[in-house]
Amino acid sequence: MPVFDLSQTPLRELNSALHKLGQGANDTAFEVINPRGSHSVAVGIDSPVTVEVKGSVGYYCAGMNDGGTVTVYGSAGPGVAENMMSGTVVIEGDASQYAGATGRGGLLVIKGNAASRCGISMKGIDIVVHGSIGHMSAFMGQSGHLVVCGDAGEALGDSLYEAKLFVRGTVKSLGADCIEKQMKPKHLAKLAELLQQAGINDVKPEEFKRYGSARKLYNFNIDNADAY
Amino acid sequence: MSYHNPFTPPRKSATFDDHTLAEIRRAAATGIYDIRGGGTKRKVPHFDDLLFLGASISRYPLEGYREKCDTSVVLGTRFAKNPIHLKTPITIAGMSFGALSGNAKEALGRGATLAGTSTTTGDGGMTDEERGHSQTLVYQYLPSRYGMNPKDLRRADAIEIVVGQGAKPGGGGMLLGQKISDRVANMRNLPTGIDQRSACRHPDWTGPDDLEIKINELREITDWEKPIYIKVGGARPYYDTALAVKAGADVVVLDGMQGGTAATQDVFIENVGMPTLACIRPAVQALQDLGMHRKVQLIVSGGIRSGADVAKALALGADAVAIGTAALVAIGDNDPKWEDEYQKLGTTAGAYDDWHEGKDPAGITTQDPELAARLDPVAAGRRLANYLKVMTLEAQTIARACGKNRLHNLEPEDLCALTMEAAAMAQIPLAGTSWYPGKGGF
Repeated sequence: MPVFDLSQTPLRELNSALHKLGQGANDTAFEVINPRGSHSVAVGIDSPVTVEVKGSVGYYCAGMNDGGTVTVYGSAGPGVAENMMSGTVVIEGDASQYAGATGRGGLLVIKGNAASRCGISMKGIDIVVHGSIGHMSAFMGQSGHLVVCGDAGEALGDSLYEAKLFVRGTVKSLGADCIEKQMKPKHLAKLAELLQQAGINDVKPEEFKRYGSARKLYNFNIDNADAY
Repeated sequence: MSYHNPFTPPRKSATFDDHTLAEIRRAAATGIYDIRGGGTKRKVPHFDDLLFLGASISRYPLEGYREKCDTSVVLGTRFAKNPIHLKTPITIAGMSFGALSGNAKEALGRGATLAGTSTTTGDGGMTDEERGHSQTLVYQYLPSRYGMNPKDLRRADAIEIVVGQGAKPGGGGMLLGQKISDRVANMRNLPTGIDQRSACRHPDWTGPDDLEIKINELREITDWEKPIYIKVGGARPYYDTALAVKAGADVVVLDGMQGGTAATQDVFIENVGMPTLACIRPAVQALQDLGMHRKVQLIVSGGIRSGADVAKALALGADAVAIGTAALVAIGDNDPKWEDEYQKLGTTAGAYDDWHEGKDPAGITTQDPELAARLDPVAAGRRLANYLKVMTLEAQTIARACGKNRLHNLEPEDLCALTMEAAAMAQIPLAGTSWYPGKGGF
């Protein structure tokens, strides 16, 4: 297993090595030690490689991941797994703001808490947060699922499109055009699947509430101007 | 003695003129602000207010058509492994598939390629047609991130991080439901037929310190191969340029308020931002103060129409220009041959700006398959190439007359200003004097 010690090796070498992996490459498991809050660790992965990061990372870890499995044994700075296409990213600690921003696919699991704007502008990614999330999360969320086992901050799902939000705890407030919706069997089944994928076995889907778009702002109407 | 009381004609208010009155009535009747495409329609100081001096006893001209005048430019020389080499400094600005039809995007790619320049995606991602027909394609990285993916990032020739645009510095976009076809919706991960908002801020960075980290991420993803441009609207050009350089840009794209948009509120287009002419010198000054002029290239856009405009922008210190509205006109936008249809839409050729409605008779700003089919992308691409080549020749003609064997050798000393405003904005002496407002503390 290639080991990259970022206290000794430039980040460029790590990312370059990850990008050179093609289908059928021999090295399918990388380890990164001493990340020491480095930005852009393991970005642009485009193969089914496994990367284990032993420590906390800075901005944009696993950005635009497409097929890789990245686990951070620490906390992650802003924009972890931003614009992820596919694959899995697991943060054993907490995540800063913009976690999973604009993600298009794959699964992001945050075992601690996530800060503000978690899942902002999400476009298909699934995000499961064991703890709580901050304000303005899932702002303009277009598609995908955001599962929060703890609480959500102010203005959850503001200007939401079709992303589906599940919160087990309290929601401080809902954003414009975001409403609580009926939990149907298909939603419970999807929630159970996501919880299982995120390694959460002690929580039942029935404990969550579902939130989604009221779809009242989908086409402009002057009488809805107060919502803005 | 008889007294004759002369007739005084009715007098309309300059403040409440006919357009203003009509707009008040329209707002009252519809309950919505006016949305339109294009850039500002108000008259602002522009390149027309500058003139070239030409050669004289102290300046030796070059022979037109005989002596070489180099028009090439290289963009992205600061950090990128693969800078952009162009035959002409006139590039095609970012315009989205969605705002424009697929045929229009193909035409822009074809025309740019024939002329040896670049074209740019827009707020809707990269289409295969566009990539396939564009030898050099700049991929915009926008707040909405519609269509953004690492594969397209890697098959682009350069990346343009859009912070703002001249028509609406500080504003996002709105593609109304009429233009959200199934294909457009799919590319943007949105339901068909809904109004699609483009955010005004990027979702995962705030401020120049974050931007530096974001640029670094994009460079890491693309293995430091692609030039990274930063596009800003004409708001605070000195500081925006300086901050873009500080954040690590290879190229700064500066778009003045004459620059067009696919759709934004008219009140925004007409009242926010600065004229292109006022933006260039502060941006160049920032580059010079940082020792980065010609090392970080400057692309200027917003109201470029002719080779004279190109030459003036370059003389003021730009490395290249970008055209949007003019390119659309070249491929057929607002062509009088569709006048009957413009009339049916309540407008006239030359004034049509309801690009957001998707009813463009010329088949350019539409997603209607029947209308879009009116535009032959091969013929339209040829027209654009012709126009680009004419502009390049015009700029060469002026440069030769000023004694320059390279367009980029044009300089402020080759210019004079016709008005006080233009003199002040461009810091070019008023014609017949050696003074411009502010010079020498006066």
